[in-house]
Amino acid sequence: MRVMILLKANEDTEAGVMPGEQLLTEMGAYNEELVKAGVMLAGEGLHPSSKGARVRFSGSERSVTDGPFTEAKELIAGFWLWQVKSMDEAIEWVKRCPSPHEGDAEIEIRRVFEAEDFGDALTPELREQEERLRAQSAAQQ
Amino acid sequence: MSAFDAHRAIDAVWRIESAGVIAGLVRIVRDVGLAEELAQDALVAALEQWPQSGVPDNPGAWLMATARHRAIDRVRRDARLARKQEQLGREIEVERQLAEPDLDAALDDDIGDDLLRLVFMSCHPVLSTEGRVALTLRLLGGLTTSEIARAFLVSESTVAQRIVRAKRTLAEARVPFEVPSGAERETRLASVLEVIYLVFNEGYSATAGEDWLRPALCEDALRLGRIVAELVPQEPEVHGLVALLEIQASRSRARVGPSGEPIRLLDQDRGRWDHVLVRRGLAALERAERLGGALGPYALQAAIAACHARARTPAETAWSRIAALYDALAELAPSPVVELNRAVAVAMAFGPAAGLELADQLVSEPALRGYHLLPRVRGDLLEKLGRVDEARVEFERAASLTRNARERELLLARAQASR
Repeated sequence: MRVMILLKANEDTEAGVMPGEQLLTEMGAYNEELVKAGVMLAGEGLHPSSKGARVRFSGSERSVTDGPFTEAKELIAGFWLWQVKSMDEAIEWVKRCPSPHEGDAEIEIRRVFEAEDFGDALTPELREQEERLRAQSAAQQ
Repeated sequence: MSAFDAHRAIDAVWRIESAGVIAGLVRIVRDVGLAEELAQDALVAALEQWPQSGVPDNPGAWLMATARHRAIDRVRRDARLARKQEQLGREIEVERQLAEPDLDAALDDDIGDDLLRLVFMSCHPVLSTEGRVALTLRLLGGLTTSEIARAFLVSESTVAQRIVRAKRTLAEARVPFEVPSGAERETRLASVLEVIYLVFNEGYSATAGEDWLRPALCEDALRLGRIVAELVPQEPEVHGLVALLEIQASRSRARVGPSGEPIRLLDQDRGRWDHVLVRRGLAALERAERLGGALGPYALQAAIAACHARARTPAETAWSRIAALYDALAELAPSPVVELNRAVAVAMAFGPAAGLELADQLVSEPALRGYHLLPRVRGDLLEKLGRVDEARVEFERAASLTRNARERELLLARAQASR
């Protein structure tokens, strides 16, 4: 399965503070380990939200807001795309990541939806999951 | 941490660490079977202790240290019981290794080397193909016997037997735990790549059964390929193989229709190709080419796949380049299947008549007698030339030869259509 690993922003990343040499070295070694294990598919760091923008949708209206955005903890500072065997394997790899900022930090793991990959060979479990998702979104409308 | 959470965490740690632990143990005890047993003992110890103590900071080192202590105990006990000269010799060897003051540091440094030795050992030509595949998936892919059995549609006891037999063969043949060098290296590496490619193909196009795709095996093969590529980064053909696998895997989503029927390359919705994998495939191919390996058999096949991957629409495909790449491949590794593919490329580049001329030469080829793709290709080309009656016969013939149920349906539908 594929997972997306989302590294949450904090005040420092939002202020554009670049990681120090030690963290860069540690992150480099960690990334190398991921590559050697055949886990890493892609990964990038993101500029602060002050260099980003948001597009809001309301019916046919589109309105653009330039960054920065508030609530740093809800923002993303970087991401990886990994190929792993299980959610547990992803968790184990994330635990081995060097602490990404000074102080507290949070990394979120999300499964990439791949059910369509299976075509007709959807497992009963996945089929049920998909049907549940459909029912949920119908109920919310 | 609850016992359940601990077990899940241990499973994940095992998945990540087991190959390295087993490889490190083979170096000490020089026996794959014993090494795996010792590693399993360490896993059992983790299952007993971690739920109380929590997962240690460096779980891989913990497993390795535990297994090493078991190794010493085992070797000493066996030596006491049997008093065989050979085992005493082994005991002395183990003692000597354990006496090295910087063993821990040495283990960390050598983990990549040990893994590579284990890769070469598991794929040793002295083993049957099935034995190589099973052992590689078990020791390096971290798959359980039952997972391998499910993937290959055989019983669990069959897989267990293959693994036992493979371990015994390695021991009897006294296969050394080493990275081969010189002239031997090339053939041994070819054997490693072949095993990975076999696993991939088993998943990519199931040779029997109802499901067209068993994606998990493709993922296992890709992961093994990526691992080996980093273990021998200077070998161009490894990158050629990885490029080929990445690009082929990029089409998984697009090559099966809603009711499970296969969709041919040129009919695929290219928007559904996985562009992360395409990009990785093209990068791996570039790496192979930079190392001077553009003309290796896997790199050539990857280059052909890359021609398709780069074309935004089927009409933009560089068919004459593909035909030239098949020329090179046919020269390097002559095979009727390559000739058949060359016929297809020539037909696309220079017209169906030119392609059919090449395909017709293969009809008497004994190796292709039971191969469904020859009549399918000839059916395609005959149809394009308006020779529908001949085309129908070919499609029916192809349908009778394929072992894939969904492909059979598709071929029979085409035969029906050319009435």
